Amino acid sequence: MLKYLKYILAGILFGIVMGKAEIISWYRIYEMFSFDAFHMYGVIGSAVILGLIGVYFMKKSSMSDIDGSAIHFKDKKMSYIRYIVGGILFGLGWALVGACPGPMFVLLGFGYLSILIVIFGALIGTFLYGLARPHLPH
Amino acid sequence: MLTFIIKYVIMESILGMWPWYVAGPLIALSMLLLIYFGKTFGYSDNLRTMCSIAGAGRVSSFFDIDWKKQVWNLMFVLGSVLGGFIAVNYLSTDAKVELSENTIDSLTTLGFSAPGAQYLPSEIFGGDAGISLFGILILLLGGILVGFGARYAGGCTSGHAITGLSNLQLPSLIAVIGFFIGGLVMTHLLFPIIF
Repeated sequence: MLKYLKYILAGILFGIVMGKAEIISWYRIYEMFSFDAFHMYGVIGSAVILGLIGVYFMKKSSMSDIDGSAIHFKDKKMSYIRYIVGGILFGLGWALVGACPGPMFVLLGFGYLSILIVIFGALIGTFLYGLARPHLPH
Repeated sequence: MLTFIIKYVIMESILGMWPWYVAGPLIALSMLLLIYFGKTFGYSDNLRTMCSIAGAGRVSSFFDIDWKKQVWNLMFVLGSVLGGFIAVNYLSTDAKVELSENTIDSLTTLGFSAPGAQYLPSEIFGGDAGISLFGILILLLGGILVGFGARYAGGCTSGHAITGLSNLQLPSLIAVIGFFIGGLVMTHLLFPIIF
């Protein structure tokens, strides 16, 4: 269990931030897609800019991970159809329930039990993708 | 003086909403921490792992994976549930969301009774009086779209928008554009029909 402690702690940090910055609020997602406030764009934008800088320096310095192994950055396979169609379906659901997979679980910790229906739906959606996968263009 | 600072300056800013310039860097830190731990920040992988644990590998090879290698990620999920619990019980005074005037106006027009009174609208997520069949169907449908879409696109907001863009991945940019097309269509074209 101890080897997993660091992941639990990183998750706690992530959960607190998502909650305290109201990123898990359905209303904030609506506000973002209505372009009525800068908040969500500031959160995602500053996370990406600092992420870019961090990843750049990790690559440049050939940093090792906590176990001393080299850090690999895998490139995603290039394609259009799966990213654009999958992305649009995801976006439709994201705006409808106001939560992407991370916030779903943070909301559970917040005590909103009806989010379990969304999590259940997301598991069904994932399962349906597994069934449909051989027939879908990628 | 010191107790004054701790009580009124530090506690007030912790208990209130955290601004974007605090949240964004801390999210980047969470992602970089996972990279340092030798892992990749990606939330929707857990949904596949959960299907796999439930035995979905028997009907689709997509779920025929060694899920024990994903336990670290489930621990991250467990941590974020705990993080949410800590945030609402120990780091908040209320769960109000201060929305912009425009958002409140347009939601009121759509028929939402108290925009921002809680994190989630009771019209969809239910309230003290329980949840409506309409709400259940919306939540189920939305969840299915998120789950299916995330796997088809090979990632969600964490995997594509944060991790992928930070590593200059063109596929992630395409996926994020897709996320926004879907979100804008839902919010501006479909919401007036649904609500």
